[in-house]
Amino acid sequence: MRNLMNITDLSLEEIDELIATAEDIIANPKKYENACDHKLLAALFFEPSTRTRLSFEAAMQRLGGRVIGFSEAGSSSTAKGESLSDTVQTVGCYADIIVMRHPKEGAPVVAARRAGVPIINAGDGAHNHPTQTLTDLLTIWRSKHTFEGLTIGLCGDLKFGRTVHSLVAAMARYSGIKFVFIAPEELKFPRYIIEEELDTRGIEYKEVTSMEEAMPELDVLYMTRVQKERFFNEADYIRLKDTYILTPDKLEPAKKDMIVMHPLPRVNEISVAVDDDPRAAYFPQAKNGMFIRMALIMKMLEVTV
Amino acid sequence: MIIGQIKDGIVLDHITAGKSMDIYNVLKLGKLDCSVAMIQNATSVKMGKKDIIKIGTLLDINLDVLGYIDPGITVNIIRDGKVAKRHHLWLPERVVGVIKCRNPRCITSTEVNAVHEFRLADKEKKLYRCIYCEHKAERK
Repeated sequence: MRNLMNITDLSLEEIDELIATAEDIIANPKKYENACDHKLLAALFFEPSTRTRLSFEAAMQRLGGRVIGFSEAGSSSTAKGESLSDTVQTVGCYADIIVMRHPKEGAPVVAARRAGVPIINAGDGAHNHPTQTLTDLLTIWRSKHTFEGLTIGLCGDLKFGRTVHSLVAAMARYSGIKFVFIAPEELKFPRYIIEEELDTRGIEYKEVTSMEEAMPELDVLYMTRVQKERFFNEADYIRLKDTYILTPDKLEPAKKDMIVMHPLPRVNEISVAVDDDPRAAYFPQAKNGMFIRMALIMKMLEVTV
Repeated sequence: MIIGQIKDGIVLDHITAGKSMDIYNVLKLGKLDCSVAMIQNATSVKMGKKDIIKIGTLLDINLDVLGYIDPGITVNIIRDGKVAKRHHLWLPERVVGVIKCRNPRCITSTEVNAVHEFRLADKEKKLYRCIYCEHKAERK
């Protein structure tokens, strides 16, 4: 039985395999509509989510399976003081696979020890969010048809953004990758990840504060939201939230085949005027999330068509 | 200073000077009713200064815990006044139930039955990370 806690739990071959399955699902959706017949997925969301929860539910239903679960901790026995361990052990008696989001870091590791069925981490605090990274990888693959030799710009809140940490860990495994970290001083990419993931492998990177300066060399621009919930001081949030706003003007010097990605939801960091630019990949990215989750559910349940 | 030889017991030698009190506490040596001697800042050819602990009984010692605190320690098992066995320690791959994760956002801060567990992330830097949230273990 497999669990998915972190994107690096998957080998590069397994990521290739998931992407190939997702591509086949996109091309032949009918072939997969009964793949998970009689299978039950439990979606345990201890904190709110729109995209991740709905895309998992849509993914399971498009595979012909069914879904149970809750969308906030208040409507589960957690509100009565039940431990996470007991909750997942109980749900593991009913469902074939569990998808969980939890505000505490490492919660899926606790769950995986007791559930008795595969666990997929759908986000644990500011820690990991591997299915978002799979979504990002599928989006990059569908546009670039390679993961090698790309220059990837990451912009905005690089300190607290779990999606950028996971994406860097995933992309750092491919050759010829270069990262450009675009962030204000207060939200810089964590030094320890640079040391452990990049310096040890000799991967090229640079840190800049100007989006305009970085733009011409990028193959991928990954925008992030400055997350209000990560700040203790609202004044700091207000000061930093609009540091980077992507507009059509700022896209001018970018490569014609660069793609703009964003894990969504966005607030102000991408002007709606950019939405119609062919380089805007963030809504297709959301759709890719459903397809790659279909591929992942099938892999974890060991079902084939 | 002369401390008597022990007949059956354990001598923890080559302890980094200043760490013997940590070891005394972690091994709960204060709860034993046998003689326990702690020598601090003893002269050492190899280390300059070292600490030594002598325990007047044979007890099970978690070598992983000792290795985590101070991997340079030599553990001598004494039987009939002679060294019967000598263990040279190492940095253990896992440290279970000894140190606590200090990250307030870690699941171990709320899940009371979760056992605190750390893995060796960087041998050179003697760096351990929580297996749940990956935060660094805070050494004294």
